[in-house]
Amino acid sequence: MSKQRPSRRAFLGLAGAAAASSLHPAARAQTTGAIRDLGDTPSDYGRPSPFEDSKRWSRAPDATASSSNTPLADLEGIVTPSGLHFERHHTGVPAIDPDTHRLTIHGLVDRPLVFTMDDLVRMSSVSRFHFIECSGNSAREWSPAGAPNVQLSHGLASCSEWTGVLLADLLDEVGVKAEASWIVAEGADAGLMSRSVPLERALDDVMIAYGQNGEAVRPEQGYPLRLLVPGCEGSISVKWLRRIEVAHMPSMARDETSKYTDLLPDGKARQFTLVMDAKSVITRPSGEQKLDRPGFFEIRGLAWSGRGTISRVEVSTDGGRSWTDAEIEGPRHAKAFTRFRSPWRWDGGRHLLMSRATDDTGYVQPTLAALLEARGRSTIYHNNRIKAWEVRESGEVTNAEA
Amino acid sequence: MPRRSWRPTFALLFVSGVVFAAESERTGLGSEPTAEELGAAGYTVFPDGKGLPAGSGTVSEGRAVYQQFCAACHGRNAEGDEAAALVGGRDSLTSGRPRKTVESYWPYATTLWDYIRRSMPYESPGSLNDDEIYAVVAHLLHLGGVVGEDAVLDQESLPRVEMPNREGFVSDDRPDTD
Repeated sequence: MSKQRPSRRAFLGLAGAAAASSLHPAARAQTTGAIRDLGDTPSDYGRPSPFEDSKRWSRAPDATASSSNTPLADLEGIVTPSGLHFERHHTGVPAIDPDTHRLTIHGLVDRPLVFTMDDLVRMSSVSRFHFIECSGNSAREWSPAGAPNVQLSHGLASCSEWTGVLLADLLDEVGVKAEASWIVAEGADAGLMSRSVPLERALDDVMIAYGQNGEAVRPEQGYPLRLLVPGCEGSISVKWLRRIEVAHMPSMARDETSKYTDLLPDGKARQFTLVMDAKSVITRPSGEQKLDRPGFFEIRGLAWSGRGTISRVEVSTDGGRSWTDAEIEGPRHAKAFTRFRSPWRWDGGRHLLMSRATDDTGYVQPTLAALLEARGRSTIYHNNRIKAWEVRESGEVTNAEA
Repeated sequence: MPRRSWRPTFALLFVSGVVFAAESERTGLGSEPTAEELGAAGYTVFPDGKGLPAGSGTVSEGRAVYQQFCAACHGRNAEGDEAAALVGGRDSLTSGRPRKTVESYWPYATTLWDYIRRSMPYESPGSLNDDEIYAVVAHLLHLGGVVGEDAVLDQESLPRVEMPNREGFVSDDRPDTD
């Protein structure tokens, strides 16, 4: 496992700025004032400043069955830049020509239909902010030891503005037969990734998305077309969507039986645990950052719930002995990242920082102990425990053992 | 989040004594595929056998298919290697060190057929024909002690295979913490 670099922007110390200025003439100019050299000409597609180094982190960068994590500590607001959205794919990222891509909807329908991308873009559209979280996110957090930084502990979650067609509208076009109760979605990746979705949910707020953050969905997120099942575990939002079969039962696909089921202590496993429960994490100060000196800091973080909106986030700086309400300035969308902030004056001592989210169903984010009590140690998925970071007297921030 | 009416096509609007079918709200976008095009679009295999094609395979045929296409990653006896173990692990699910294999964990044999057709062999998915898939499924289920040496699997017999962990799954009863 590669060592994670601390974010340069967070709590940037003087040492960091000095190192940067020795590397780049523009940086030297910035430290003294205005840049008098003429700058760059316009570009056809802009990129982040060369001084920025936010990167996804992959546990297996050379594998096609792999994933990569979003650097949550580097991000502001609620939107994950498309190029930093986490990835999870089982057979690599396919390159799909939208002109030849088709979505077929068939099965228990009055009239099967094949849609081109042009057909879909012509239809009535919606744009909505939604998070996607892999249900294996925070799997390392089942151990009291936990992960050393927030990219590793929570980075299999991201949030975008998604644009597309409501699946309910497409199902109106084909006419769903009365005996239908599920849909089965299939991707166009090498392994034809497939998941079943209850029809009731499919007719609710499920989208067929072709837009992400104002541009086309990125290849890693399913270009040119993906299913988006808001609030649910990421793997059900089938990417590179090519086929939807309306059916009388779930297909019991490998990824809803062998995987993504939650084994309980009695040997039974929960199945179709689709919803991602309310969760929050402090992104700054967070693991592997360093506070340069005592004084004012804003504790910032993200909260989200697959059941609705975040109604409250509380922050503790004393390991959960006392809690204060964090500010949620907004926006506060359902099933989307919600930003919270809380002012804090660091006295230079040791502190345990924690956050605890409540959603509009009244559900409160649990402790690791509560999750283990309810589920045992073999469930793997759906870990939404309260995470603690330890601020040391040196200013170093580390994972705190639960 | 607004809940969409879930079958407005069937909803009838009564306006001034005239009956309009909401059918007219459809955009008419999309095209109706020919039977041939629909066949080529692909299919799903369901636990009741729906979707399974004709063809069949035996345990001994499957042994040869397995050794040629699967053993390099899953191990000579499906005990696991670079890729997951496919057999073993019965009675391990409550042990605290569960070994979740096809034999110990998968509730439906049809899932194995569906997954192999979709995704295996990993480097060349889609390269096995239907008979080979039936055969390799028969071999794996035999290695796992689920079917006998003389098993012949086809669209009739495969859905009837009783997997050891068939009753091992329960529905989502969260929230489960206070």
